[in-house]
Formats: sequence, structure tokens, C-alpha cells
Amino acid sequence: MMQMGMVARGFRFAAIVAMVFTLAACAQTRTDGLTSNATPGSGQDFVVNVGDRVFFAEDQSTLSAQARSTLDKQAQWLNKYSRYTVTIEGHADERGTRQYNIALGARRANAVRDYLVAKGISDSRLRTISYGKERPVAVCNDESCWTQNRRAVTVLNNAGS
Amino acid sequence: MYFPVAARAGSWSRALAGSVRFAFAFLAAFAVFAAAGPAQALVEIDVTQGNVEPLPIAIPDFGGPGGDAEVARDVSAIISSDLRRSGLFRPLDPASFIEQNVNVGTPPQFGSWRPIGAQALVVGSVTRQGDGRLRAEFRLWDVFAGEQMLGQQFFTTPDNWRRLAHIIADAIYERLTGEKGYFDTRIVFVAESGPKDNRVKRLAIMDQDGANVRYLTRGDSLVLTPRFSPTRQEITYMAYSDEAPRVYLLNIETGQREVVGNFPGMTFAPRFSPDGQKVVMSLQQGGNSNIYVMDLRSRRTTRLTNSPAIDTSPSYAPDGSRIVFESDRGGSQQLYVMNGDGSGAERISFGPGRYSTPVWSPRGDLIAFTKMHQGRFMIGVMRPDGKGERILTEGYHNEGPAWSPNGRVLVFFRDTPGASGGPQLWTVDLTGYNEQRVPTEGFASDPAWSPLLD
Repeated sequence: MMQMGMVARGFRFAAIVAMVFTLAACAQTRTDGLTSNATPGSGQDFVVNVGDRVFFAEDQSTLSAQARSTLDKQAQWLNKYSRYTVTIEGHADERGTRQYNIALGARRANAVRDYLVAKGISDSRLRTISYGKERPVAVCNDESCWTQNRRAVTVLNNAGS
Repeated sequence: MYFPVAARAGSWSRALAGSVRFAFAFLAAFAVFAAAGPAQALVEIDVTQGNVEPLPIAIPDFGGPGGDAEVARDVSAIISSDLRRSGLFRPLDPASFIEQNVNVGTPPQFGSWRPIGAQALVVGSVTRQGDGRLRAEFRLWDVFAGEQMLGQQFFTTPDNWRRLAHIIADAIYERLTGEKGYFDTRIVFVAESGPKDNRVKRLAIMDQDGANVRYLTRGDSLVLTPRFSPTRQEITYMAYSDEAPRVYLLNIETGQREVVGNFPGMTFAPRFSPDGQKVVMSLQQGGNSNIYVMDLRSRRTTRLTNSPAIDTSPSYAPDGSRIVFESDRGGSQQLYVMNGDGSGAERISFGPGRYSTPVWSPRGDLIAFTKMHQGRFMIGVMRPDGKGERILTEGYHNEGPAWSPNGRVLVFFRDTPGASGGPQLWTVDLTGYNEQRVPTEGFASDPAWSPLLD
């Protein structure tokens, strides 16, 4: 019996590792060709070294400890590079109705905006938009994709300049 | 003997697209040969039953001597297809017909239609006039009573031949069921193309049977949730074409487009009031979504809900006195009914799961909705007091019901999972037994039904 329990726990651990790999692989595709040597203060720097997105639990807009940690880094970076204005995009997974997901995405974007404002970023630099379930980044039919789609992405508006 | 012919008066000058301008003229009466007197119809469909046994009906090819054979055949085929798809009729196989040369000008030999089980018989013809117009006439016979139930005649330009067929199908449907038909109608929807993570969405409009598709936007901006005006050739929808996503009005005859209202945030989930004079919608501000209504004439906006929650998908009762909407104010998405001025909101959905996208039947007796429970998405109906919930279809993902103008059929979209999956349009009637796919070229979502055309 004892051994059975150990095995099961081992499997669960393996599953968690596998999921982390999936996410990491996805992040790599997004930032194809970029490395952590990106010019400090560039858009690449923000995406690769800070992290441009946070994820949410199903039907939730509360920020997890991990999300707050990412947003702390975003706030620090945005305070340092004050020339940027940003658009915070809120998104939902496809397992909901269209209108509600538009509202839910708005809630998520606003949760991120409120957090960044609390960390000293001027409200005038922040704009929010919700895409609901209209802009998925992962298209498979299970939780591994839906977790990636339940996101708020901080997009630098003038990263090219 | 004189037998009056039902008249469908008026011109259709308000029909779609500006270019389509036509008028159906009428003969006031047919010279008639059938038995006189009020039809003691033996043949009728009781649509109040839960599961309707479809009525066997014979519809011989409208092509005949002197007629325009090709158009005539197509017209009778569309009438047959409309009636079959309703689930209330069973058009009989023409191979079983004994009497081969029926003629709209002479009574049929009823004795040859009874043995094959036909309870109703439609005899018609389509001919081309000297001026190029089509002339169509038909008679609906009660086979067992041996009496004419209906006789009508139409003139129109040849390009309207499909509408001609739908109008005749509506007349037959109405005579035999006692309810208005819904075949001479259109569906506005969102046509989708491209991969799932980069979808192009365009507003499109088509006949209710999937014919005559016309695109209303080019696909350069994201468009969602189009809804028909009950009174004008106009739709309201949400588009991402500006700084903030907003609700728009689009005149489908002129192509003229305007923003609805001057709101300080994103507006979405629009729907017309039953008189067509107002648009009710959600406004998002600071993460909260509340319901507002704008009077299209005075441009005055009124706030109807004020909660720290998601209040959306408002839909008016047909008399305009009440509004059903969804809200997560109680912790999860549920349906609420409030008065037209926003007062007296009461929750009406109490089953297990989440409820969304409520829409009030044009008959007033039911509210249709999307229900989500244990990873399944269902389309169902309940009475406005929340009682009598019935699920009409369920599966991986069914969403966004919209009513046919007679309140008997719902059109919705059904999505399929995975990277290659996508939505398609389906109808289901109130029995839940008659599901039909509405054919579209590619993926399609967010359907809304037009009123009966005029």
C-alpha cells in the first residue's frame, strides 16, 4: 500500500514537470531567436527577462502569488523605463460564453492595471482592452492550453521607438 | 362559385440591399372550381404537443406544360425542403405518386392521393410572363376532405424565385399549423475563416436556409454578436475597430455605420428593444460591467444596473416591460429578470451549473439560454418565472440561441474542440427532437434571426 502511494505521487510530480516544460516551450516559441542578452530597456528585454503575462484560474480574476511576482518585476521595469505606455490585454479561455468572457477579460486586465498603479505606475500610462475568448494563443482541447489562454498580457505600445 | 384567395399585400420595397427592389402584385381572387364553403379542414397539425408526428404532404413538381420547367422544379424543391426541415411535415417521395399530371387549374383526383398516405397536396405552377416576370400559383388541398384549403397567385421578377418558394412554404405552414411561418427570413451571423489562433471574422447575412450569403464587413476588424432590428433593415453588433471596442449600428441597405452612444468604456452585448427604438447593452468600466439602454431618437442613455459584478446579455420581453440578463452578482453566472427601468431584479435560474446568454421568445412565453455544467454546454428554455426548465440540446459546446420570429425554433452555434475545430450553425425546435445544421461555407457563429420579411 505504501509503495502504491509513492508511485502515484511520483506520477503527479512527473505531470507537473511535463506541464512546466510545455509552458517553457511555448515561451520559447514566442520569443524565437531572443535571448536574455536582449538590450536592457528594449521590448525584448521586457518579454524575456521580466515576463509580459500573468495567468488566472478558471473564471477568476484574482492575482496569484506568481502573478504578483511577475507584476512586481513589470512595475519595477516600467518605473525604470518610463518612456513606455502599455496596453493590458485581458483574455479568457474558450470554455465560456462570448459576452461573459469579454467582461471576464476586462476584469483580468483591470486587476493587472490596479496592481501596477498600486506599485507606482501612473494610470495615464496604462490602457486596458479585453479580447474575451477571441484571441487564444494555445488551441489544444485541454487544461494545458486553457491555462495559457486565461491571461493578461502587458503590451508595450511604443516598443519600436 | 367564388373562392377568396388569401392576399399578401404591400410592396417589398424595404427588402435587402437597396438593389433588391420589387413588388409582388396580387390577383384579388382566383376563378375557382373547388367546392365552396368554409373549409372543414380535416388536416391540421397540433403544434402544442411535445413530439409532433410530421404531416405527410405531397408536393408534385411545379413544372408543367407551358411552364418554366427549371425554375418551377426548383421552387417546389425549396418548398419541400423548408417544410421538411421544420420537422412538422413529411414530404412524400414523388416516385410514389399515382396521379402524374396534376394541374393547378383542375381539381386533383383525391382518390389517387389517399392510398399513398398524403393528407395534404400542394399543386402549383411557375410560368414566365410576356414581360419577363414570373407568375406563380398554387393550391393547397385537403386530400381527405377533398377541399381546397388555400390558393394564391404571385408575380415577381425572376431573381426573387427563392423568396417566392419561401413565401409559399410560409403560407402552407401557417394554414396547416395555425402559426406564422419563418421561411421568408434571413439570418445574420459571424463568418469565420483562418486558423483558430488567428481567426478572421466577418459579418454576413443569408437566407434562413443558407442560400444567398452576403458579407457585410471585410474582416479587417473583429466583429461579434450581431442582432437584427425588429423594425428596420439594421443590425447592432460589437466591433474592435476603434480605440475601444464598441457597439455599432449598421444599415444593411446603405452600409452606413455609426457608434451607439458616447460611453467612457467598452460597450458590448447589444440588443434592440422590441419597438426598435432602443439599444440595450453592457458598459465595462474598471472591471465592472453594467447594463445601459440608449434611446436611438433622443440619444439619451439610462443606466439600468449598478452592481460590482458582470451584468450582461440583456434581452427585452416582447412587450418591452421587462428585461432578462445574466449576472454573476450572486457568485456565478445566473439569469435575472428586472423591470424595464432596472428596478426589481430577481434571480430566475436555480439549477446546477452556470446560465448565460438569455433571450426572450418573441411569443413571450419562454426564455432560451446557454447552460454550462460539468464541462458540457447546453441550449435550453425556461418560463420567465424560471420554472419549467427544459434542455433542448447538449454537448461539448453549444452557445448563443436566437429565436425564429414565430418562437418555435432556435438557431445557435455548436463548436468542436481542438486546433481544427470551429463553430457551425444549427437549429433545434422546441420539441428538442428536430436538430438541423444550417449550411455555411466555412465556420459560423453568433447567429440572429430576422423578423419575417415584408
